[in-house]
Amino acid sequence: MNIRHLVKLSSLMTALVLAVALAVTGCAGGNGGQVTTITMAGSTTVQPLAEELANNFTATRSDVQITVSGGGSSVGIQAAAAGTVDIGMASRDLKPEEETLGLVVHVIARDGIAIISHPSQNVTNLTKDEVKLIFAGNITNWAEVGGADATITVYAREEGSGTRAAFEEMVMKGTAITASALLFPSNGALRTAVAGDPNGISFISFGYLDDSVKAFAIDGVAATVENAKNATYPIVRPILLLTKGEPTGKVQEFISFCLGPVGQAIVAKHYVPVI
Amino acid sequence: MSRYLTDRLARYAVFAGAAVSFLVLLAIAVFIFRGGLPAFKEIGIFDFLFGAVWRPGQGQYGILVMIVGSVAVTAGSLLLAVPLGIACAILLAEVAPFGVRQFLRQAVELLVGIPSVVYGLVGMVLLVPAIRQLGGPGYSVLAASIVLMAMVLPTIISISEDSIRAVPASYKEAALALGATHWQTIWRVLLPSARSGIIASVVLGMGRAVGETMAMIMVIGNSITFPTSPLSPTRTLTGNIAVEITYAGGLHRSALFATGIVLFVLILIINSIAVISLKRGGHAQNLA
Repeated sequence: MNIRHLVKLSSLMTALVLAVALAVTGCAGGNGGQVTTITMAGSTTVQPLAEELANNFTATRSDVQITVSGGGSSVGIQAAAAGTVDIGMASRDLKPEEETLGLVVHVIARDGIAIISHPSQNVTNLTKDEVKLIFAGNITNWAEVGGADATITVYAREEGSGTRAAFEEMVMKGTAITASALLFPSNGALRTAVAGDPNGISFISFGYLDDSVKAFAIDGVAATVENAKNATYPIVRPILLLTKGEPTGKVQEFISFCLGPVGQAIVAKHYVPVI
Repeated sequence: MSRYLTDRLARYAVFAGAAVSFLVLLAIAVFIFRGGLPAFKEIGIFDFLFGAVWRPGQGQYGILVMIVGSVAVTAGSLLLAVPLGIACAILLAEVAPFGVRQFLRQAVELLVGIPSVVYGLVGMVLLVPAIRQLGGPGYSVLAASIVLMAMVLPTIISISEDSIRAVPASYKEAALALGATHWQTIWRVLLPSARSGIIASVVLGMGRAVGETMAMIMVIGNSITFPTSPLSPTRTLTGNIAVEITYAGGLHRSALFATGIVLFVLILIINSIAVISLKRGGHAQNLA
């Protein structure tokens, strides 16, 4: 094969690739009209819920696309205030310094925070005070709360996390989480870490509970959506969608959808609905 | 006339290209210094560099833990990578037959191409549970050192191999002619002659180790405590920036830029040592 053949072949390949790319992108948004993209970012707690709501909302219409990304509640709040995304997601209330950013708050659900451990953990119940002392580093061995003789490994979220902020507000109440806690940047990462460590303990959103981890009962109350709904489970926080100013157009339609019967039915699967 | 014109134009074009790269470096330096100097002013250089507590929520900005963490992880990775790397370089330069050499070189080059997040993933899924058996939570300096070793190895191997090959053939021939065995020649003649190149490779590997971020935050635990043993978790300078920059504001953000300044200065020093070391090597060989 000489140079001429090589040049011919490579230009043919390039033309083919370009043609395929054009065809694929041309097929999307095929109604010929405007496709509005709504961008959402923020809390990893809200992320799976937002993705499900988005899928359901866009399933029956082709004029809207919704992209959802994570980053943590603080990122969501900052991004919404700066206008980099259309909707910010947060799993905690706004702090006083964030109230002046001009954000409109829409509460679409309430969510419990589960204290989780490895499925092989013998201890099944903890008091709120024991949870606080474990995360503060005062209780360091599972034997002190009725388990096996092993050092407790504390896993936590980074400081910008809404789940961490809500946990600190409702459980730690001013006491700092121990400096030796291993920090991970999302609910999913914490769940994976604890699922692999027989002596681990951490806190994640109810929405992330699955068979790979076990949730403690707090003060005798099991970690279920029912108990979050009837307010017997003590660690529950609001799930917020934030917009800069009042929402308009497709963004407003989506938020109304989330607060409507179909959206709230989706919420009710793992979270506490607000209607 | 046009020949001289093209000559001139080509010279300017090449100069412009070099200037662009230099400008990028300058821009980065200006950017991080602008972002980080307020932190140095407000926190004080001494308190910042030697403070043992990092709790931005309570206004404490001491990065000593992260400096110790970075140093520990770098030292650990070099401890593992230098013997292995030099041994592999000797193999590639002196011992291996042609086919084995080609195969090994390809394998080493492949190591360079693997993205760091993949190293982190493998470390998280394979290394961490294994190290947990030895004690501690598994996320540890040891895990980070092993992962970094794999990333630093190609640098050390390729530059050391080139240095060993660059030793004049007359040295090797003289040693063999005097009755030395192959290994004696390698150990007592070739390696000492290639010393400055090998040192340069180690120093460059050190630079790569200090700058590694993604793999570090996946296997080292990111806890703000001093590592008391290879099995304890800690945090590196790079991990500190990566974990917190997305939500930091105000003085906290400036402190993270200041961490960037510390890293920048560190890399400058390390690279300068490498360049000086390489230059010295050139002189030694010309003296022969």
